Amino acid sequence: MNIYAKTLKRDLQIAIRNPSSVLNPLLFFVISVSLFPLAISPEATTLTQIAAGIIWVACMLAVLLSLNALFHYDFENGVLEQMVISHHNLPLLILAKITAHWLLTGIPIILLSPILGSFLLLDTPAIQILMLTLLLATPSLSLIGSIGASLIVGIKNSGMLLALLILPLYIPILIFASSAVSQAQFGLEITGQLYFLATILVLSLISAPFVSSIALKISLE
Amino acid sequence: MLALNVQNLSCQRGYNRLFEELSFTANSGDLLRITGINGSGKTSLLKILAGLSDSQKGQIMLGENLVKSPKYQQEVFYLGHLSALSGQLNCLENLEFLTGLNSATASPLLLEALDKIGLKGYQNEYCSKLSAGQKRRVILAGLFASKAKIWLLDEPFTALDRDGISLVEACIKTHCQQGGICIFTTHQASNLPNQKTLAL
Repeated sequence: MNIYAKTLKRDLQIAIRNPSSVLNPLLFFVISVSLFPLAISPEATTLTQIAAGIIWVACMLAVLLSLNALFHYDFENGVLEQMVISHHNLPLLILAKITAHWLLTGIPIILLSPILGSFLLLDTPAIQILMLTLLLATPSLSLIGSIGASLIVGIKNSGMLLALLILPLYIPILIFASSAVSQAQFGLEITGQLYFLATILVLSLISAPFVSSIALKISLE
Repeated sequence: MLALNVQNLSCQRGYNRLFEELSFTANSGDLLRITGINGSGKTSLLKILAGLSDSQKGQIMLGENLVKSPKYQQEVFYLGHLSALSGQLNCLENLEFLTGLNSATASPLLLEALDKIGLKGYQNEYCSKLSAGQKRRVILAGLFASKAKIWLLDEPFTALDRDGISLVEACIKTHCQQGGICIFTTHQASNLPNQKTLAL
Protein backbone atom coordinates (compact mmCIF):
# COMPACT_ATOMS: atom_id res chain seq x y z
CA MET A 1 0.00 0.00 0.00
CA ASN A 2 1.47 3.38 -0.88
CA ILE A 3 1.64 6.29 1.52
CA TYR A 4 -1.36 8.11 0.02
CA ALA A 5 -3.63 5.11 0.53
CA LYS A 6 -2.13 4.72 4.00
CA THR A 7 -2.98 8.33 4.84
CA LEU A 8 -6.57 7.78 3.73
CA LYS A 9 -6.84 4.57 5.72
CA ARG A 10 -5.30 6.20 8.78
CA ASP A 11 -7.78 9.10 8.76
CA LEU A 12 -10.73 6.71 8.38
CA GLN A 13 -9.38 4.54 11.19
CA ILE A 14 -9.00 7.50 13.55
CA ALA A 15 -12.52 8.71 12.70
CA ILE A 16 -14.06 5.30 13.33
CA ARG A 17 -12.36 5.07 16.70
CA ASN A 18 -13.44 8.60 17.61
CA PRO A 19 -16.99 8.63 16.17
CA SER A 20 -18.20 11.79 17.92
CA SER A 21 -16.10 13.97 15.61
CA VAL A 22 -17.89 12.48 12.59
CA LEU A 23 -21.37 12.20 14.10
CA ASN A 24 -21.60 15.75 15.50
CA PRO A 25 -21.82 17.51 12.10
CA LEU A 26 -24.24 14.88 10.78
CA LEU A 27 -26.49 15.24 13.82
CA PHE A 28 -26.38 19.00 13.37
CA PHE A 29 -27.44 18.50 9.72
CA VAL A 30 -30.41 16.29 10.61
CA ILE A 31 -31.57 18.35 13.59
CA SER A 32 -31.36 21.73 11.87
CA VAL A 33 -33.30 20.52 8.81
CA SER A 34 -35.97 18.82 10.87
CA LEU A 35 -36.65 21.99 12.89
CA PHE A 36 -37.84 23.99 9.88
CA PRO A 37 -41.23 22.28 9.36
CA LEU A 38 -41.96 22.88 13.04
CA ALA A 39 -41.00 26.53 12.93
CA ILE A 40 -42.37 27.63 9.53
CA SER A 41 -45.28 25.55 8.39
CA PRO A 42 -45.94 21.87 7.83
CA GLU A 43 -47.89 22.67 4.66
CA ALA A 44 -46.69 21.01 1.46
CA THR A 45 -46.81 24.17 -0.68
CA THR A 46 -44.49 26.13 1.62
CA LEU A 47 -42.14 23.28 2.45
CA THR A 48 -41.47 22.02 -1.08
CA GLN A 49 -40.57 25.57 -2.11
CA ILE A 50 -37.88 26.01 0.54
CA ALA A 51 -36.77 22.39 0.99
CA ALA A 52 -33.75 22.47 -1.33
CA GLY A 53 -32.47 25.71 0.16
CA ILE A 54 -32.83 24.45 3.71
CA ILE A 55 -31.05 21.18 3.02
CA TRP A 56 -28.25 22.92 1.17
CA VAL A 57 -27.67 25.58 3.82
CA ALA A 58 -27.70 22.94 6.56
CA CYS A 59 -25.29 20.79 4.55
CA MET A 60 -22.86 23.68 4.16
CA LEU A 61 -22.94 24.57 7.83
CA ALA A 62 -22.47 20.91 8.76
CA VAL A 63 -19.40 20.66 6.51
CA LEU A 64 -18.09 23.90 7.98
CA LEU A 65 -18.52 22.42 11.46
CA SER A 66 -16.50 19.36 10.51
CA LEU A 67 -13.64 21.26 8.86
CA ASN A 68 -12.00 22.35 12.10
CA ALA A 69 -10.94 18.79 12.78
CA LEU A 70 -9.40 18.24 9.33
CA PHE A 71 -5.89 19.34 10.29
CA HIS A 72 -6.28 20.35 13.93
CA TYR A 73 -5.38 17.08 15.68
CA ASP A 74 -2.51 16.27 13.35
CA PHE A 75 -1.16 19.76 13.92
CA GLU A 76 -1.34 19.39 17.70
CA ASN A 77 0.39 16.03 17.85
CA GLY A 78 3.06 16.87 15.29
CA VAL A 79 2.05 14.47 12.51
CA LEU A 80 1.49 17.41 10.19
CA GLU A 81 5.11 18.46 10.71
CA GLN A 82 6.25 15.02 9.65
CA MET A 83 3.98 15.15 6.59
CA VAL A 84 5.39 18.50 5.52
CA ILE A 85 9.03 17.37 5.75
CA SER A 86 8.34 14.04 4.10
CA HIS A 87 9.80 13.58 0.62
CA HIS A 88 6.39 12.47 -0.61
CA ASN A 89 4.11 14.82 -2.51
CA LEU A 90 2.41 17.03 0.07
CA PRO A 91 -0.58 18.07 -2.11
CA LEU A 92 -1.34 14.40 -2.72
CA LEU A 93 -1.08 13.61 1.00
CA ILE A 94 -3.52 16.45 1.62
CA LEU A 95 -5.80 15.17 -1.13
CA ALA A 96 -5.88 11.83 0.67
CA LYS A 97 -6.94 13.61 3.87
CA ILE A 98 -9.61 15.57 1.96
CA THR A 99 -10.91 12.34 0.43
CA ALA A 100 -11.23 10.85 3.90
CA HIS A 101 -13.08 13.98 5.01
CA TRP A 102 -15.50 13.68 2.08
CA LEU A 103 -16.10 9.98 2.74
CA LEU A 104 -16.89 10.81 6.36
CA THR A 105 -19.09 13.88 5.86
CA GLY A 106 -20.10 14.21 2.18
CA ILE A 107 -21.22 10.61 1.65
CA PRO A 108 -23.31 10.40 4.85
CA ILE A 109 -24.95 13.73 3.95
CA ILE A 110 -25.82 12.40 0.47
CA LEU A 111 -27.23 9.22 2.01
CA LEU A 112 -29.26 11.17 4.58
CA SER A 113 -30.66 13.65 2.05
CA PRO A 114 -33.51 11.44 0.65
CA ILE A 115 -34.85 10.93 4.17
CA LEU A 116 -34.68 14.64 4.94
CA GLY A 117 -36.05 15.47 1.48
CA SER A 118 -39.14 13.36 2.02
CA PHE A 119 -39.38 14.90 5.47
CA LEU A 120 -39.77 18.26 3.70
CA LEU A 121 -42.26 16.68 1.25
CA LEU A 122 -40.05 16.78 -1.83
CA ASP A 123 -41.20 14.39 -4.57
CA THR A 124 -38.94 11.62 -5.87
CA PRO A 125 -37.59 13.39 -9.01
CA ALA A 126 -36.67 16.46 -6.95
CA ILE A 127 -34.93 14.25 -4.37
CA GLN A 128 -32.95 12.60 -7.15
CA ILE A 129 -31.79 15.99 -8.43
CA LEU A 130 -30.98 17.04 -4.86
CA MET A 131 -28.80 13.94 -4.43
CA LEU A 132 -27.13 14.60 -7.78
CA THR A 133 -26.24 18.18 -6.81
CA LEU A 134 -24.92 16.94 -3.45
CA LEU A 135 -22.84 14.28 -5.17
CA LEU A 136 -21.37 16.88 -7.53
CA ALA A 137 -20.79 19.59 -4.96
CA THR A 138 -19.92 18.03 -1.59
CA PRO A 139 -16.42 17.10 -2.85
CA SER A 140 -15.95 20.80 -3.71
CA LEU A 141 -17.07 21.73 -0.19
CA SER A 142 -14.36 19.47 1.29
CA LEU A 143 -11.72 20.67 -1.17
CA ILE A 144 -12.39 24.39 -0.77
CA GLY A 145 -12.82 23.87 2.96
CA SER A 146 -9.34 22.39 3.22
CA ILE A 147 -7.88 25.73 2.11
CA GLY A 148 -9.59 27.50 5.01
CA ALA A 149 -8.72 24.72 7.46
CA SER A 150 -5.05 24.88 6.52
CA LEU A 151 -4.96 28.66 6.87
CA ILE A 152 -6.37 28.63 10.40
CA VAL A 153 -4.39 25.66 11.67
CA GLY A 154 -2.76 26.59 14.97
CA ILE A 155 -5.03 29.54 15.67
CA LYS A 156 -7.14 29.21 18.79
CA ASN A 157 -10.95 29.66 18.67
CA SER A 158 -10.89 30.08 14.93
CA GLY A 159 -14.37 28.72 14.12
CA MET A 160 -15.77 32.11 13.14
CA LEU A 161 -12.69 33.01 11.14
CA LEU A 162 -13.07 29.78 9.17
CA ALA A 163 -16.69 30.63 8.39
CA LEU A 164 -15.69 34.12 7.22
CA LEU A 165 -12.97 32.71 4.99
CA ILE A 166 -14.89 29.83 3.50
CA LEU A 167 -18.57 30.77 3.24
CA PRO A 168 -18.04 33.39 0.50
CA LEU A 169 -16.36 30.70 -1.59
CA TYR A 170 -19.27 28.36 -0.94
CA ILE A 171 -21.89 30.86 -2.16
CA PRO A 172 -21.70 29.98 -5.90
CA ILE A 173 -22.17 26.30 -5.06
CA LEU A 174 -25.17 27.16 -2.88
CA ILE A 175 -26.77 29.27 -5.61
CA PHE A 176 -26.33 26.78 -8.46
CA ALA A 177 -27.21 23.70 -6.42
CA SER A 178 -30.39 25.00 -4.83
CA SER A 179 -31.56 26.65 -8.06
CA ALA A 180 -31.02 23.32 -9.87
CA VAL A 181 -33.39 21.58 -7.47
CA SER A 182 -36.07 24.29 -7.51
CA GLN A 183 -35.99 24.59 -11.32
CA ALA A 184 -36.26 20.81 -11.63
CA GLN A 185 -39.42 21.01 -9.50
CA PHE A 186 -40.96 23.25 -12.18
CA GLY A 187 -39.80 20.89 -14.91
CA LEU A 188 -37.18 23.31 -16.26
CA GLU A 189 -33.82 22.50 -17.81
CA ILE A 190 -30.99 22.25 -15.23
CA THR A 191 -27.95 21.17 -17.24
CA GLY A 192 -26.46 24.67 -16.96
CA GLN A 193 -26.38 24.52 -13.18
CA LEU A 194 -24.94 21.02 -13.20
CA TYR A 195 -22.18 22.09 -15.59
CA PHE A 196 -21.32 24.96 -13.27
CA LEU A 197 -21.16 22.63 -10.26
CA ALA A 198 -18.95 20.24 -12.24
CA THR A 199 -16.66 23.11 -13.27
CA ILE A 200 -16.31 24.21 -9.66
CA LEU A 201 -15.47 20.61 -8.72
CA VAL A 202 -12.75 20.30 -11.34
CA LEU A 203 -11.29 23.72 -10.51
CA SER A 204 -11.18 23.01 -6.80
CA LEU A 205 -9.80 19.51 -7.36
CA ILE A 206 -6.81 20.81 -9.28
CA SER A 207 -6.13 23.87 -7.15
CA ALA A 208 -7.19 23.24 -3.53
CA PRO A 209 -4.56 20.60 -2.62
CA PHE A 210 -1.76 22.89 -3.83
CA VAL A 211 -3.10 25.99 -2.12
CA SER A 212 -3.65 24.03 1.11
CA SER A 213 -0.13 22.66 1.06
CA ILE A 214 1.33 26.15 0.70
CA ALA A 215 -0.92 27.45 3.49
CA LEU A 216 0.07 24.56 5.76
CA LYS A 217 3.76 25.21 5.22
CA ILE A 218 3.23 28.85 6.17
CA SER A 219 1.18 27.90 9.24
CA LEU A 220 3.89 25.51 10.43
CA GLU A 221 6.76 28.00 10.11
CA MET B 1 29.80 9.13 1.92
CA LEU B 2 27.50 11.89 3.12
CA ALA B 3 28.32 15.52 3.53
CA LEU B 4 25.87 17.98 4.98
CA ASN B 5 27.08 21.42 4.10
CA VAL B 6 25.65 24.50 5.77
CA GLN B 7 26.77 27.91 4.57
CA ASN B 8 26.14 31.40 5.89
CA LEU B 9 22.88 30.54 7.57
CA SER B 10 21.00 33.36 9.30
CA CYS B 11 17.79 33.17 11.24
CA GLN B 12 15.52 35.78 12.72
CA ARG B 13 12.49 35.19 14.96
CA GLY B 14 10.40 38.27 15.61
CA TYR B 15 12.84 41.06 16.49
CA ASN B 16 15.51 38.63 17.65
CA ARG B 17 18.38 37.71 15.43
CA LEU B 18 19.13 34.16 16.56
CA PHE B 19 22.26 33.39 14.59
CA GLU B 20 24.11 34.94 11.70
CA GLU B 21 26.49 33.63 9.06
CA LEU B 22 26.52 30.16 10.55
CA SER B 23 28.58 27.69 8.53
CA PHE B 24 29.52 24.11 9.30
CA THR B 25 29.95 20.76 7.61
CA ALA B 26 28.94 17.37 8.94
CA ASN B 27 30.33 14.28 7.26
CA SER B 28 29.48 10.61 7.53
CA GLY B 29 29.95 9.39 11.08
CA ASP B 30 29.78 12.86 12.64
CA LEU B 31 27.97 13.44 15.88
CA LEU B 32 27.19 17.09 16.34
CA ARG B 33 25.77 18.52 19.53
CA ILE B 34 24.21 21.95 19.36
CA THR B 35 24.54 23.87 22.59
CA GLY B 36 23.20 27.19 23.69
CA ILE B 37 21.02 28.87 26.28
CA ASN B 38 17.21 28.81 26.09
CA GLY B 39 16.04 30.81 23.11
CA SER B 40 19.38 30.75 21.36
CA GLY B 41 17.90 29.11 18.27
CA LYS B 42 18.71 25.41 18.67
CA THR B 43 15.23 24.27 17.70
CA SER B 44 15.04 26.86 14.92
CA LEU B 45 18.30 25.56 13.47
CA LEU B 46 17.08 21.95 13.55
CA LYS B 47 13.78 22.96 11.96
CA ILE B 48 15.62 24.76 9.17
CA LEU B 49 17.85 21.72 8.65
CA ALA B 50 14.75 19.50 8.58
CA GLY B 51 13.21 21.63 5.84
CA LEU B 52 10.38 22.74 8.07
CA SER B 53 11.09 26.44 8.07
CA ASP B 54 12.99 28.88 5.93
CA SER B 55 16.15 30.67 6.87
CA GLN B 56 16.62 34.35 6.04
CA LYS B 57 19.81 33.64 4.19
CA GLY B 58 22.16 30.78 3.52
CA GLN B 59 22.33 27.44 1.84
CA ILE B 60 21.98 23.88 3.05
CA MET B 61 23.16 21.06 0.82
CA LEU B 62 23.42 17.34 1.24
CA GLY B 63 25.90 16.33 -1.42
CA GLU B 64 24.32 18.04 -4.42
CA ASN B 65 20.78 18.15 -3.10
CA LEU B 66 19.31 21.31 -1.64
CA VAL B 67 17.20 21.27 1.51
CA LYS B 68 13.47 20.66 0.79
CA SER B 69 14.27 18.67 -2.37
CA PRO B 70 12.79 15.15 -2.21
CA LYS B 71 16.24 13.54 -2.28
CA TYR B 72 17.35 15.60 0.71
CA GLN B 73 14.14 15.08 2.67
CA GLN B 74 14.30 11.32 2.13
CA GLU B 75 17.55 11.17 4.07
CA VAL B 76 16.33 13.19 7.05
CA PHE B 77 14.50 12.07 10.15
CA TYR B 78 13.42 14.94 12.38
CA LEU B 79 12.40 14.33 15.95
CA GLY B 80 10.79 17.45 17.37
CA HIS B 81 9.19 18.40 20.67
CA LEU B 82 5.86 16.89 19.65
CA SER B 83 5.15 13.19 19.88
CA ALA B 84 3.90 12.79 16.26
CA LEU B 85 1.61 10.01 17.50
CA SER B 86 -2.18 9.82 17.27
CA GLY B 87 -3.86 8.66 20.45
CA GLN B 88 -6.49 6.73 18.50
CA LEU B 89 -3.94 4.50 16.80
CA ASN B 90 -1.88 1.78 18.42
CA CYS B 91 1.92 1.85 18.52
CA LEU B 92 2.42 -0.30 15.44
CA GLU B 93 -0.12 1.61 13.32
CA ASN B 94 1.46 4.91 14.33
CA LEU B 95 4.93 3.65 13.48
CA GLU B 96 3.84 2.17 10.16
CA PHE B 97 2.42 5.52 9.10
CA LEU B 98 5.29 7.58 10.46
CA THR B 99 8.04 5.50 8.87
CA GLY B 100 5.91 5.27 5.71
CA LEU B 101 6.18 9.05 5.40
CA ASN B 102 9.95 8.69 5.40
CA SER B 103 10.82 5.32 3.91
CA ALA B 104 8.50 2.34 4.01
CA THR B 105 9.67 0.01 6.77
CA ALA B 106 8.39 -3.53 7.13
CA SER B 107 6.32 -4.36 10.22
CA PRO B 108 8.73 -7.05 11.53
CA LEU B 109 11.47 -4.42 11.62
CA LEU B 110 9.19 -2.08 13.53
CA LEU B 111 8.33 -4.80 16.04
CA GLU B 112 12.02 -5.47 16.44
CA ALA B 113 12.63 -1.75 17.06
CA LEU B 114 9.83 -1.64 19.65
CA ASP B 115 11.39 -4.67 21.30
CA LYS B 116 14.80 -3.00 21.34
CA ILE B 117 13.49 0.21 22.91
CA GLY B 118 11.82 -1.73 25.73
CA LEU B 119 8.19 -1.74 24.57
CA LYS B 120 7.86 -5.42 23.79
CA GLY B 121 4.21 -6.46 23.74
CA TYR B 122 3.00 -2.86 23.47
CA GLN B 123 2.41 -2.90 19.70
CA ASN B 124 -1.38 -3.13 20.07
CA GLU B 125 -1.62 -0.54 22.85
CA TYR B 126 -3.32 2.76 21.95
CA CYS B 127 -0.89 5.63 22.20
CA SER B 128 -3.32 7.69 24.30
CA LYS B 129 -2.79 5.08 27.04
CA LEU B 130 0.99 5.48 27.11
CA SER B 131 3.06 7.63 29.46
CA ALA B 132 5.16 10.53 28.17
CA GLY B 133 8.33 8.46 28.34
CA GLN B 134 6.71 5.54 26.56
CA LYS B 135 5.46 7.83 23.79
CA ARG B 136 8.99 9.12 23.39
CA ARG B 137 10.20 5.54 23.13
CA VAL B 138 7.66 4.74 20.41
CA ILE B 139 8.85 7.54 18.17
CA LEU B 140 12.46 6.65 18.91
CA ALA B 141 11.65 3.11 17.75
CA GLY B 142 10.47 4.69 14.49
CA LEU B 143 13.75 6.58 14.25
CA PHE B 144 15.82 3.42 14.77
CA ALA B 145 13.79 1.48 12.19
CA SER B 146 13.92 4.22 9.54
CA LYS B 147 16.47 4.21 6.74
CA ALA B 148 17.20 7.93 7.07
CA LYS B 149 20.89 8.77 7.24
CA ILE B 150 20.63 12.14 8.95
CA TRP B 151 19.07 12.23 12.38
CA LEU B 152 17.97 15.62 13.67
CA LEU B 153 17.03 15.12 17.28
CA ASP B 154 15.59 17.94 19.36
CA GLU B 155 16.00 17.01 23.02
CA PRO B 156 15.81 13.24 22.39
CA PHE B 157 16.32 12.40 26.07
CA THR B 158 13.31 14.29 27.41
CA ALA B 159 11.00 12.16 29.57
CA LEU B 160 13.26 9.11 29.29
CA ASP B 161 14.54 7.19 32.30
CA ARG B 162 18.23 6.39 32.79
CA ASP B 163 18.02 3.08 30.92
CA GLY B 164 16.21 4.78 28.08
CA ILE B 165 18.89 7.45 27.79
CA SER B 166 21.72 4.92 27.61
CA LEU B 167 19.72 2.93 25.03
CA VAL B 168 19.30 6.00 22.83
CA GLU B 169 22.96 6.91 23.28
CA ALA B 170 23.98 3.43 22.19
CA CYS B 171 21.78 3.67 19.11
CA ILE B 172 23.17 7.09 18.19
CA LYS B 173 26.68 5.67 18.52
CA THR B 174 25.93 2.73 16.21
CA HIS B 175 24.19 5.01 13.73
CA CYS B 176 27.30 7.20 13.49
CA GLN B 177 29.61 4.20 13.29
CA GLN B 178 27.56 2.95 10.35
CA GLY B 179 28.22 6.19 8.51
CA GLY B 180 25.17 8.22 9.50
CA ILE B 181 25.07 11.78 10.75
CA CYS B 182 23.42 12.79 14.00
CA ILE B 183 22.77 16.37 15.01
CA PHE B 184 21.13 16.79 18.38
CA THR B 185 20.41 19.20 21.18
CA THR B 186 20.19 18.40 24.84
CA HIS B 187 20.51 20.17 28.15
CA GLN B 188 21.49 16.95 29.88
CA ALA B 189 25.02 15.68 30.29
CA SER B 190 25.68 13.13 27.61
CA ASN B 191 28.34 10.45 27.61
CA LEU B 192 28.59 10.17 23.86
CA PRO B 193 32.19 9.88 22.65
CA ASN B 194 33.66 11.86 19.74
CA GLN B 195 30.95 14.48 19.77
CA LYS B 196 31.59 17.82 18.18
CA THR B 197 29.93 20.85 19.64
CA LEU B 198 28.35 23.78 17.89
CA ALA B 199 27.65 26.68 20.22
CA LEU B 200 24.93 29.13 19.24
